[in-house]
Amino acid sequence: MIEFLQHLGENTRTSFTKLGRGTFFLLQTISGIISVLARPRLLINQMHSIGVLSFLIITISGLFVGMVLGLQGYYTLSDFGAEEALGVMVAASLVRELGPVVTALLFAGRAGSALTAEIGLMKATEQLSGMEMMAVDPIKRIISPRFLAGFLSMPLLAALFSAIGIIGGQMIGSGLLGVDEGAYWSQMQANIDFQDDIINGVIKSIVFGFVTSWIALFEGYDAIPTSEGVSRATTRTVVNSAFSILGLDFILTTLMFGD
Amino acid sequence: MDNSVSHQNSLVSVRNLSFSRGNRKIFDNISLEIERGKITAIMGPSGTGKTTLLKLIGGQLFPEQGSITVDGKNVHQLRRSDLYNLRKRMGMLFQSGALLTDMNVFDNVAFPLREHTHLTESMIRTLVLMKLQAVGLRGARDLMPNELSGGMARRIALARAIALDPMMIMYDEPFTGQDPISKGSLVHLIKSLNNTLGLTSIMVSHDVQETAAIADYIYVISEGKIVGQGTPKEIEQSPSEWVQQFMTGAADGPVHFHYPAKDYVDDLLSTGKRY
Repeated sequence: MIEFLQHLGENTRTSFTKLGRGTFFLLQTISGIISVLARPRLLINQMHSIGVLSFLIITISGLFVGMVLGLQGYYTLSDFGAEEALGVMVAASLVRELGPVVTALLFAGRAGSALTAEIGLMKATEQLSGMEMMAVDPIKRIISPRFLAGFLSMPLLAALFSAIGIIGGQMIGSGLLGVDEGAYWSQMQANIDFQDDIINGVIKSIVFGFVTSWIALFEGYDAIPTSEGVSRATTRTVVNSAFSILGLDFILTTLMFGD
Repeated sequence: MDNSVSHQNSLVSVRNLSFSRGNRKIFDNISLEIERGKITAIMGPSGTGKTTLLKLIGGQLFPEQGSITVDGKNVHQLRRSDLYNLRKRMGMLFQSGALLTDMNVFDNVAFPLREHTHLTESMIRTLVLMKLQAVGLRGARDLMPNELSGGMARRIALARAIALDPMMIMYDEPFTGQDPISKGSLVHLIKSLNNTLGLTSIMVSHDVQETAAIADYIYVISEGKIVGQGTPKEIEQSPSEWVQQFMTGAADGPVHFHYPAKDYVDDLLSTGKRY
């Protein structure tokens, strides 16, 4: 029993220390953003490797999620004779929920893990330390541009995911199952609210982008500089990001659509 | 070393430095002086914290006690921006080279210039080619770090370390893991750079011959203390058994061949239970 309590105490303390380091790291990263804005080249490079190179996985996943939504939605809605509402259903699910959440999960797996491994290995090979000795602040030069790029890429990728998904739903719905194409689009236009649905979805993906980039960069920066340490940090990035995304999604959904 | 003696000519002074990692004392109240324009070597077995000393001098780690002054400034009391300004005048050659793996050789050497100066691209090109010429690798400018041999990577890192024309360079184990030819060229480079550029060099190493060949002054460190110091000649004739063992590489001596263990026969005859 005593041992259990000791363990509990120690683990709690370690988690809180880590949270403290993480917060400090986040503040440093955010304050480094100013110097990134002075050198947009750094940001553009990172937007390319974090955002643009995630296009393929986001597009393909978006297409399939949209197609499945089209199929499942059609079978449920057709029981009530409401096939025309398929467009609304597909779009609302994507824009409010699946777009931001699935994109964030894919982003954590594709870009987040890559960021952690990159930063962790830079630490293990003394590149970060070397930079410090060259009087270059690695937070400003390496971390902040990546953070800003991740943070800006996420809403764009989520928008892409939702858009492709809606097209996928339409391909299945009106292409395969015979829902009227005009109804698909016009119902969607009439019922999807810009403020309630789209803006809220964008807010979600901004929050996810912030948290996922923070976790990925901090885990890399805080990794034990050995191959084992980097591999563990990469795992933690994916697991912690997934938990944070799903937990925050619940909280945000309650706040946004609760009343 | 007597602390009251003022060292007019020293660039780096380490005074009464103590530092530990966990429960292990890495430095226990050591003091040393690095003279301007000279090559000073710090020697000792692996794991005695030689690299740690360089990181302390560079202000990346904080001492528990004591102070380190570089060019008259107390490294650990400087404000961050002043520390960064001081670091621009210190080059450091890491054991791994620490080249940035996402850039080619040219961009690596140009990195500090691009970060800290507002020179035009054509001036940067000229400077980079001069630095690369100095280490004999002007022809390798388009290679990526993973295409370089260990010795080449270290020479490139050296070119990068001198890019901003620093007042001093710290070498972390420059000879470890090098073949005889690269060792030879590094020995030659360190010596000639020190003389032609008027640098002060601090070299951390356990390669006795190479170090003794170029160092002006040597400190031998073991278990957190300085166990010997002097010119290479004086060190060679040191009365300390420990220094003798280190310099000649004898397998047994004050440093035992065997890691502490209980009696060999008892150990073999015991039941092998875990204890």
